[in-house]
Amino acid sequence: MKPAAFDYHAPESVDEALELLADEAVESRVLAGGQSLVPMMNFRLAVPEALVDLRRIEELRYLRIGADGALEVGARTTQAELLRDPAVTTGWPLLHDGVTHIGHPQVRSRGTVCGSLAHHDPHGELPALALALGATITVAGPAGRRQIAAEDFFVSFYEVALEPGELVVEARFPAPPAGSGWSFREIARRHGDFALVGVACLVTPAQTRLVVFGAAERPLLLADPSEVAAAVRPLDDLHASAEYRRQVAVLLAGEALAEARERADG
Amino acid sequence: MADPGAAREVRLSVNGVERAGTAEPRLLLSDFLRHRLGLTGTHVGCEHGVCGACTVLLDGEPVRSCLVFAVQADGAALRTVEGLAGEDGELSPVQQAFHEAHGMQCGFCTPGFLISLTALLEERPQASEEELVDALSGNLCRCTGYANILAAARAARDRAAEGRA
Repeated sequence: MKPAAFDYHAPESVDEALELLADEAVESRVLAGGQSLVPMMNFRLAVPEALVDLRRIEELRYLRIGADGALEVGARTTQAELLRDPAVTTGWPLLHDGVTHIGHPQVRSRGTVCGSLAHHDPHGELPALALALGATITVAGPAGRRQIAAEDFFVSFYEVALEPGELVVEARFPAPPAGSGWSFREIARRHGDFALVGVACLVTPAQTRLVVFGAAERPLLLADPSEVAAAVRPLDDLHASAEYRRQVAVLLAGEALAEARERADG
Repeated sequence: MADPGAAREVRLSVNGVERAGTAEPRLLLSDFLRHRLGLTGTHVGCEHGVCGACTVLLDGEPVRSCLVFAVQADGAALRTVEGLAGEDGELSPVQQAFHEAHGMQCGFCTPGFLISLTALLEERPQASEEELVDALSGNLCRCTGYANILAAARAARDRAAEGRA
């Protein structure tokens, strides 16, 4: 239960971090909150040769509303900081509610928003929330910065559209249009556990974004609960059978859509 | 540049006292507290962030010290269970409530519960039942003494609320 030895770097700027990550001779991992990576290192499921810790990079420590009204979350912002921000509670209630389901307070005080996105556990809440809210993930790399839509970011289990040497620097959550409704539901064995299966739903005057997570290798964006049964590819493991997950996904999708519509104005 | 894999000095404040010790990067904060600083009140249970026994306050926030490397806590201010009682040994309100309600059986998980509850009540002295349960849901008691732990938590909350009234 002790991690293997590694080199530790705590750079003070994104550029310095990118220089460290650019060294292809060393297998480096980015350390943000460490609430997924450190347990994996303690189990030696992850054995990186070096860690690049973001903790000194002040330029990544922000939670703000941008000129276009979108919520901009820097890579050092923790889940606890997000939950404490009243602007998030009122403007992005789906995001706020979903994040309260992540682990426990002791985990959210370290765990970061961007770290959960980059880690991409398909049973995790934040990838599903990013997809439901139409978020954009900004990554920095040797060739500069690029923006990736949540639809294109999550590839498969623990795999995202990051190229070697790239770093997630920001997640942007557009403001849901006035009159939107939302719902977040998940079933877990115990509060704070990863969901067996869950649903994040946003209903805007223009569209319905229904995201089922924990039911495939990545969160699935659907338009209607009738699509769920055919779309899911659930795991069959000791926590729950695939059939159970499929049934629960269908049920939660229907409930979530009804609740989101109820909350929407008009 | 110094060898990035080498042990280095970690300086931090623990319960208001400046402390220092050497740590190679892989040394967990929980082990740093216990083995380098001799502060064995912080218990190590699961070592993968599930049981909560190793919870400490890092810059005021409850964290699992088995999921933080000691080198990450360089320059931080820590509070551990050793720092809860007064200088004369007087129990903190949370400790007193656990004592009176017998909020423990074997006591292994107790430091983590005390720290998690202290963090909650310092931020929200009038915490609701739901908030108490949420704050303690990340701490496991394998004696399953949860009924008395919650009774202690309510008593500590009521005392904290009175104290402010």
